[in-house]
Amino acid sequence: MSLWKIAWRSITQRGLSSTLTGLSMALGVALVIVVLVVYGVLNDYFLQGAQGFHLIVGAKGSKQQLVFNTIYHLDQPIENIPYAYYKEFVDGQFASATRVAVPFCLGDSYLAGGQAFRVVGTTPALFDQIEYGRHSDGTPKLYAFEPGGRNFESGHFFEAVIGSVVARESGLQVGDTFQPSHGIVEPGEEAHAHDEFTIVGILQPTGTPNDRALFVNIEGFYLLEDHAKPAPAEETNADDHDHAETQQSAAEDDRQGAHVAQQASADAHAGAPDDAPHANGHGDAKEQAHEHHDHDSAADHDHDHAVQPLPEELREVTAVLVLLVNDLFSESVFTEVNEGNVAQAVFPAREIAKFFATFLGPVRIILLALTVLIIIVAGIGILVSIYNSMSERRREIAIMRALGASRHAVMLVILLESILLALAGGLAGCFVGHGILGLISPSIVARTGVSIGFLHYDLQEALLIPALIVLAAVVGFLPALSAYRTDVADSLKPVG
Amino acid sequence: MLLIDGLRKAYYEPDGSRLPILDIPRFVLSAGEHAVIRGRSGCGKTTLLHAIAGLVRVDQGQIVVDGTDVTRLSEAARDRLRARRIGYVFQTFNLLGAFTALENVLLGMTFTGQKRDVDRARSLLARLGLADRLQHRPSALSVGEQQRVAVARSLVNRPGLLLADEPTANIDPAHQQQVVDLIRKSCEDEHVTLLLVTHSSEVAEQFDRVEEFEQFNQVPVTAP
Repeated sequence: MSLWKIAWRSITQRGLSSTLTGLSMALGVALVIVVLVVYGVLNDYFLQGAQGFHLIVGAKGSKQQLVFNTIYHLDQPIENIPYAYYKEFVDGQFASATRVAVPFCLGDSYLAGGQAFRVVGTTPALFDQIEYGRHSDGTPKLYAFEPGGRNFESGHFFEAVIGSVVARESGLQVGDTFQPSHGIVEPGEEAHAHDEFTIVGILQPTGTPNDRALFVNIEGFYLLEDHAKPAPAEETNADDHDHAETQQSAAEDDRQGAHVAQQASADAHAGAPDDAPHANGHGDAKEQAHEHHDHDSAADHDHDHAVQPLPEELREVTAVLVLLVNDLFSESVFTEVNEGNVAQAVFPAREIAKFFATFLGPVRIILLALTVLIIIVAGIGILVSIYNSMSERRREIAIMRALGASRHAVMLVILLESILLALAGGLAGCFVGHGILGLISPSIVARTGVSIGFLHYDLQEALLIPALIVLAAVVGFLPALSAYRTDVADSLKPVG
Repeated sequence: MLLIDGLRKAYYEPDGSRLPILDIPRFVLSAGEHAVIRGRSGCGKTTLLHAIAGLVRVDQGQIVVDGTDVTRLSEAARDRLRARRIGYVFQTFNLLGAFTALENVLLGMTFTGQKRDVDRARSLLARLGLADRLQHRPSALSVGEQQRVAVARSLVNRPGLLLADEPTANIDPAHQQQVVDLIRKSCEDEHVTLLLVTHSSEVAEQFDRVEEFEQFNQVPVTAP
């Protein structure tokens, strides 16, 4: 019979006490696992979202707000930057250093399943030319569409693709249409619905924030009501772009500017029927085009060619995702953009790292400290449990000594008992912790798109095993020492 | 098999005064011999067995078991000697309640540092009439069965010497004879030297060699 078995039998003999002690250990370990895994998932989620491009260029202001708004679809947009500045990355000042520049127009949303999902006006390049991370073997993770779907096309202004979470929550499918709401609308709020876009693709799950967004052709986005910026005549020079002033100007002249843009489009559609006027009474070329679109097959957008795109001078973008030719350009482009007055450039991964270090890191440490305290208290529980049992077990120990067990052997039996109790509690805690993760999984998937479940683990969990063994050895030392010092002759005296 | 020469052992009272407990000029037990030491309770019989088994250190003298002087051994060596060469039957059986009858016997093999012989444990228990009680815990065994398990445990390592400390003290008179017979028969079967201590004259009378503890222990008799 091994010493392990002797120790285990001793544990099972004190069933209730051992179970309660093990449970307290299980609780502590379960909480540590939940904190580790949830933090790890958050970390991966945010880092994953920051993959695939070097820089985000957007209006000057909070760097983190720019990152959160652009790639995590959180917070409010800062402001817009001129479309001409985006063009600097396409065929201008920064073009030679740029491999891909993807414009983002933000500010609309879509309500589904009690949640507000962000609508992003962008170009097909987002899914054609940007990867969203790397596999463990180093190969790029490329966006893919569910069977039957495809990326939207540049020439089809009112096409859209949607993220996997949006598809699941909304029930939207390829061929369906949806109407974005103007502004970031929260559930329950009144929303002004824009014109319809037709879904041509559903993204396969990526585990990134893009699972929770709808992506529409930027050309169609520009043609929506109130999405054109004020007429150029009313703006200051783009090179001396004053954002505050522009913002105010945009607010004051929004309707007028939109009207100009719409009129420009309407002119191109003079012959088109206008049988669905907007509530504001404006004649709207987009609506004409869209009404026209409604009459046709949802998947057929050839007629979009007849719609005039919004003139560039009436366009703005909220942000630009920039993938540079290589890493060497990143610092120079970063510096050059930030030294100018128009925009700021941020490294998303750097900002996320800062955010984690500043906010989530300390929270994690506090939570881990609390959960480790719980484990230590559970460890003390083991000490108390075994130590209290020593008086009644002194005779057992003396019997083993009389049978030839050395002092070290009986000491080891007690230490093994402590270790087994801690490990059994720890193992139970692993199951409980992962069970909790499995239970909260649907909620996390629904909110983030990140797949998390019973089997999701954090590598740091592996440290729990040696940590528990060390803790058990420490707390078991006192009763083990008591066993070591047991006076055999005295303990073998007949009772009574 | 056993030689005790000039053995002295004393305890110290809390006030520091010395309380002699053993003073045995010479005692010899030949291999295969069965002997009884009779003495009243509290006279030091158990201490003598503990000293022979190496469970307590003596102040002076020699205790040679199977050619090895126990008093010269380190504690670890005494533990090994006890595990391999000395069997011990306790007054109260001292079976471990968490273990089955078979496991209690196997426990006797655990500390020898040698490979466990489960078949040996099974056959020994079977020989003692416990073949169908191997998986029973002590609480499910009768007093007689418990004593048989204790005997099996003490003999499982094929010791040269079996020390039996008042093995009939907690047994009703009707079963005392059975226990003594069991121990003697088992020792004969296993060719084990037996030293049994008891306060019972009825038990002592069954042995050819009976030593009166007060006669060979030179410590002055004090009131219990």
